Parts: sequence; structure tokens; C-alpha cells
Amino acid sequence: MNIIVLLAPISLALGIAAVAAFLWSLKAGQYEDMRGAAERVLMDDADDAPPPPRA
Amino acid sequence: MTLDAVSGRDMSAFLRPLDHGRRGLDLLVTGARCAGCISKIERELSAMPGVEAARLNLSTGRLAVTLAGREAQAGRVVAAVERLGYGVTPFDPAAGRKQVDREGRRLLIALGVAGFGAMNAMMFSVPLWAGLFGQELGPATRSLMMWLSAIVGAPCALFAGMTFFQSAWRSLKAGRANMDVPISIGVILTLVISFIESFLGGRDAYFDAAVSLLFLLLIGRYLDHVLRARARGAAGDLLALQARAAQRLNADGQEATIPVSDIVPGDLLRVRPGERIPVDAVVMEGRSTLDASLLTGESAPQALVEGDLCRAGAVNLTGLLTLRAEARSEDSALAAIARLVEAGTQSRSAYVRWADKAAAIYVPVVHSLAAATFLGGLAFGLGPREALIRAAALLIITCPCALGLAVPAVLVAASGRLFRNGVLVKSGAALERLAQVDHVVFDKTGVLTEGRPGLVGGHAMLAQAAPLARASSHPLAKALARAAGPGVIAASAVETAGQGVSGLVDGRPARLGRATFVGAPEADHAETELWFGFDDGPKTRFVFSDVIRPDAAATVAALKAMGLPVEMLSGDREGPVRRIAAEAGIDQFRAGQTPQDKAAVIDRLKAEGRRVLMVGDGLNDAAALARAHAAIAPGTALEASQNAADLVLTGEALFPVVDAVRTARSARGRVRENFGFAAVYNLFAAPAAMLGLVNPFIAAIAMSVSSLMVTLNALRLWMRR
Repeated sequence: MNIIVLLAPISLALGIAAVAAFLWSLKAGQYEDMRGAAERVLMDDADDAPPPPRA
Repeated sequence: MTLDAVSGRDMSAFLRPLDHGRRGLDLLVTGARCAGCISKIERELSAMPGVEAARLNLSTGRLAVTLAGREAQAGRVVAAVERLGYGVTPFDPAAGRKQVDREGRRLLIALGVAGFGAMNAMMFSVPLWAGLFGQELGPATRSLMMWLSAIVGAPCALFAGMTFFQSAWRSLKAGRANMDVPISIGVILTLVISFIESFLGGRDAYFDAAVSLLFLLLIGRYLDHVLRARARGAAGDLLALQARAAQRLNADGQEATIPVSDIVPGDLLRVRPGERIPVDAVVMEGRSTLDASLLTGESAPQALVEGDLCRAGAVNLTGLLTLRAEARSEDSALAAIARLVEAGTQSRSAYVRWADKAAAIYVPVVHSLAAATFLGGLAFGLGPREALIRAAALLIITCPCALGLAVPAVLVAASGRLFRNGVLVKSGAALERLAQVDHVVFDKTGVLTEGRPGLVGGHAMLAQAAPLARASSHPLAKALARAAGPGVIAASAVETAGQGVSGLVDGRPARLGRATFVGAPEADHAETELWFGFDDGPKTRFVFSDVIRPDAAATVAALKAMGLPVEMLSGDREGPVRRIAAEAGIDQFRAGQTPQDKAAVIDRLKAEGRRVLMVGDGLNDAAALARAHAAIAPGTALEASQNAADLVLTGEALFPVVDAVRTARSARGRVRENFGFAAVYNLFAAPAAMLGLVNPFIAAIAMSVSSLMVTLNALRLWMRR
């Protein structure tokens, strides 16, 4: 039963990491141009970086 | 317009200062569809001197260019994109500055947090649910799980619920109760009771239910927001495509491109054939014909000579004009109509949306049921704790997950489907109103007809004239090129503004343009015409007039088959109106209608209890569009008309009007089914909660299943072809 004391925080940390990753991708502008991203993958010299977010 | 003229244009008015002396230019690019277009445009621009970066957003069609150094010329950037074959319009820096979608981002963050909370709180709830099936947990472990669930669930619920709490508070302060009131009460009451139960070591805690409820509701809220944001963005792009820039002639004789809003009375303006008159102005130099069909509905072009007044919104058809501005853009003729529009739009705001109708029934019923459960529980001797738990269970399980998703999911599916078919839906309420329509009124010019000249006479020399026509951007030449279809372009073609094009056709010098330019005898014809001839040969005359859209008759027939009477109102003269009505198959029509007449006809139909769909494009329709129960405008319509309309056609075809009505009707059907489903669900769920048969496990299952059912039903609309 003691394993719960270890596993519960680990699962929470994983969940928080997932939320943090989502918020980061949102802030980095990865959802600004969904169609463009789908097409850019086909370009040979693709520049994957999304444009810097503008205030 | 030749390329030299474009690259010489001064675009400094559209530049936006950035840090380190760099400047930004925002352009709207049309015609870009694939990876090839992205790399072609971006590579071409990046190779230009002075261009630091170019990035095309394929979803919105916006091209952001960063310019550095003095040698960078914005005009050359625009010319380069045009040379690649794409349509390009500069954005006004004020309008073009990308509006960061704050509301959408806030909802997405709330959705992310709620999703995390729902999944993790539920993870700790699973052992509690498992305990329901006999394998009893020890009291210490049970309590630990409850508190872990509380630590995750409660902060997430409070954070994700803010949208609802704020909206509920605002609505209560205004003395009304919207759908967010029962949601907020339900969530807060559930959290409080769950804390008490965890503290007293009770049986049930509903932390996971509270968060997953918010998660499901936020999905509906976000869909609703996406629908509105997409419509707003696309509508803005359509307007940006219209003449928002004008060419001003400076004192030194140079042309500068300025935003229309910067024009002051007295400015000298240059208007080329095919461009729209930006403000009310007087002709200083040049002769031309003017297409004022959007303003008056009259399809025959007016001749224009020096000293004539021309109204904002009319299109210059044939000659190069120099104008003196008489008014600012906001004082121009367009503005007067805009006020009429505003008055009409207010009458429409009385409409009550489906979701609000449902809320008006739902809110009082559920609240009195919850109160009755609590009081009834006390009366039957359950004790305050058990009575309160049952009341909260009732609020949670009947909470309108299904209702909150029922309308937005259907409207998003319907408008997404219409968007693919070339109809832009400006608001969800528009679709709801469109479903109720029982009478259709069409404008003629630009709606049933193409609203631009089409070749009607002189097909004999078409093949010879076509190569020259393809080299020109003039509206009549374009009509000629359309009639001839794709083919070769004349060698060494030179366009003389306001006169015509000359060049080599089959190796012989030829000219296409005005009678005097081609060398034909000048005569005063009533029709719009264009002359063509080889320099050493006979001259031919091409005649143009407004032609009916190819799918107009099919559209009218389909609407009639749906049981909708079709009527036509036009500002044009009796003759052309009768001809078009016969071709389109419309029996009821009125000619010579002023904007006031049209609005009066709509009012009269409304007084008879009819729900009118108005389809119109011109300024003369704007008041009627605003008064009608639902309104559709083609994408070529003026700004004022597009503002007054609920739906905008983005393509050339008219048939999407029929699709729009059909889709709106089936959307209404889906919404009714969803409401019906929600009603049946609550009919079982509410008594179960009142009798205390609901535990957190059942609440979690019931909520998810009902939401899933409603969403899948909405998606049927999206799938169907």
C-alpha cells in the first residue's frame, strides 16, 4: 500500500507536465496555422518554427 | 494596370514600425492553397533585398513580411506576389494588426486545465467506485483517495469554472438567470458538499463529477467561440479584398497608395478601370462609364464626363479617371445607408435563440425540483445532510451538459459544412433564423445576374481578339477573355490606360479598346461596347450587358420545390427586370424600386406574418437586408450590405443559397432531436437523483454518455453529403 505514496505524486507530476506542455505549445503559436502546418511538412527545406507570437 | 505602375506605388501608408528600425507589412493573399504556394511565395520574397522574413499563414491567408533597411520597397513586395499569380491586398495597419484572440485562448487554457482535472480526479475516484462492488476499501485508504481527488479536482474546478461564475454573476446582477446560473450553483454546491463529506469520512465525493461537467461544458463553449471567431475573421478578409486603398495624386505628380479613411476633401485621386470609387468625388479629368448597379440596381452603365459627380461604391468601367474628393469616406453616400441598416438590425435582435428558449424552461424547473428535493427530504426525515446531497446530485446529473453541447455542436457542424460549400455563416443565430424562413426575395443585379458585364454580341472575331483581351486587366477585356476561354496571350502587348490594348495577334499589329483607339467611327451607342481590329483590317464591335447567373433558374426552381414563394425586387427598369424574371422562372417581380420601397415591401410581408429571406448585394438592398428575418449577400456585395447580411456567399455560384436553407432546416431538426434526447434523459435522471439512487459513479457515466450522444448526433450533419 505504501506504493501509493510514491505513485500518486508521480501520476500528478505527469499530468501537470502534460498541461504545461499544452500551455507552452499554445503560447508558442502552434495552433495559429493548422492548415499551413499540414502542408509545410511536405516542403523539402521546411522551417518548422512557428512565427514569434505578437502582442 | 501594368507591373511598373504597381512597383512604383508608394505603400508606406501600410507599413507598421517594428523594433530595431525594421518595418512590418501585412498582406492578404488569395489563391494560395498548398505547400508549393507557401514555398514559392516565401522563397521569392526572402530572396529580395531588404526583406528579412516572410511567413504565410495558410489558414487565414495572411502574409507577414518583415522589411529591414532603406532599400526595402513595400510596393515591390506586393508586385512580386502579384507576379507569382496570387491576388494580394495590403491591410490597413490598424485593422491588420492581428487581434490576439484573448477570449479563445482563455477558453482553451480553461479547457486544458479542466481536462487535466477531470482525468486525474477520476483516477483517484476509480478506487472509490471499485469499492462500490463489494471489495471494500479500508476507511484510511478511502479517505486518502477522497482527499487526493479533492486536491486535484477542487482547484481545477474553480479555475475552469471562472468563465461560468463570472457570466452567472453578471446575469444575476442584471436581474436575469441564464444557463450559467444553475451550472455555477451546481458546481459550487457540489464542491462544498464533497468537502464536507470528505471531512466527515462520508460515502460519496463528487469532485471528479464537478470537473468533468465543466470540461464537457467548456467544449461546447469553445465550439461556440470558434464558430464566431471564424466567421468574424473571414468576413473581415472579404471586406479587406474590397477597395480599402486609394491612389492619391500628390503635388509632385507622384501616386501614393493611402487607406481610404485618410482621404480628405480636395484630394486628387486616380481611379483605374475596374476599381471602385473610394469616396464621393467630382471628375476632374478623363471620360469613362460607371457601373452604379450596387448603388441603384440600374444595370446599364452611366457615361461620365468632366465635372460629373460620382458616388462612392460605383465601379469605374472604361477610362482612367482623375477625381477630386468631395467627402471623407465616413461622410460618403455609403454612410447614409449604413444608418438605415443599423435601424433594421435592431429589430432583429428581438429574436430569442434556441439555447435561451431552452434555458428559460430548464432553469426554473430544475431549481424548483432541487428545492423540492431538499425540503421533501427534510419532510420525510432524511436529515439535512442526506437531503442536501440528493439536491446536489440532482443539480449535477441534470446539469445541461447535453443542453450546453446540443446547440453549439450542431451549429458548428452546420456552418463548417456550409463553409466548404461556399457559404460563410456570420452567427449561429443566423442559421436558426434561416431555418424558419417561408418567403424568399431576390435582388436582380449582382444576385440573379452576375453583376458584371458579359459578352452578348459580336462573337465573330472573338478568337482573334481574345489574345489581346487576356493581356488586359480591364473589366470588359476580362469579360471577353472569359467568353473565349483560356489560350495564348498577345505578344508585346501594351496597355494604354483608359484607351485599350495594342499588340501582335498572329504576327499582325492589332488593337482592342475604345472606338477612337481602334480607329473605328465613333458613334453614340447605348450599350457598353469594345472595338477590335487589325490595324490594316475591318473593325468589329463587341457588345456587353449584365447576364443571368448560370445556376439562377435552378436555384429558383429548387427554392420553389421546397415550398418557398420566390419574388424579385429590382431598382432597374421594367425591360431588363422582366427579361431576367422570365429567364429565372420568377412570376412575381417589381421594377424601379427605391431602397425605401424595398424595405417597405419587406415590412409589409412581415406584417402578413411571413418570415422573409432577402438575398441582395447593393446599397439599395442594405435596408431591406437588415429588416428581413434572414439575409444573404454575395461576396461581391458592398461592405454595408455584407454587414447587414447574416450569411455571405464566398464563391461565384448562387445555388449555395438552397444549400444554406436546407442545412439550416436539418440543423433545426438535429437541435430538436438533441433537446428531445436531453428531455428524455432528464426524465429518468431527475427522479433517480431525487430518490437517492445516484452515486458519483453513475453521475460520471450518465454525463459522459449523454454528451457523447448529442455530439455524435450533431456530427451526422457534418458527414452527410
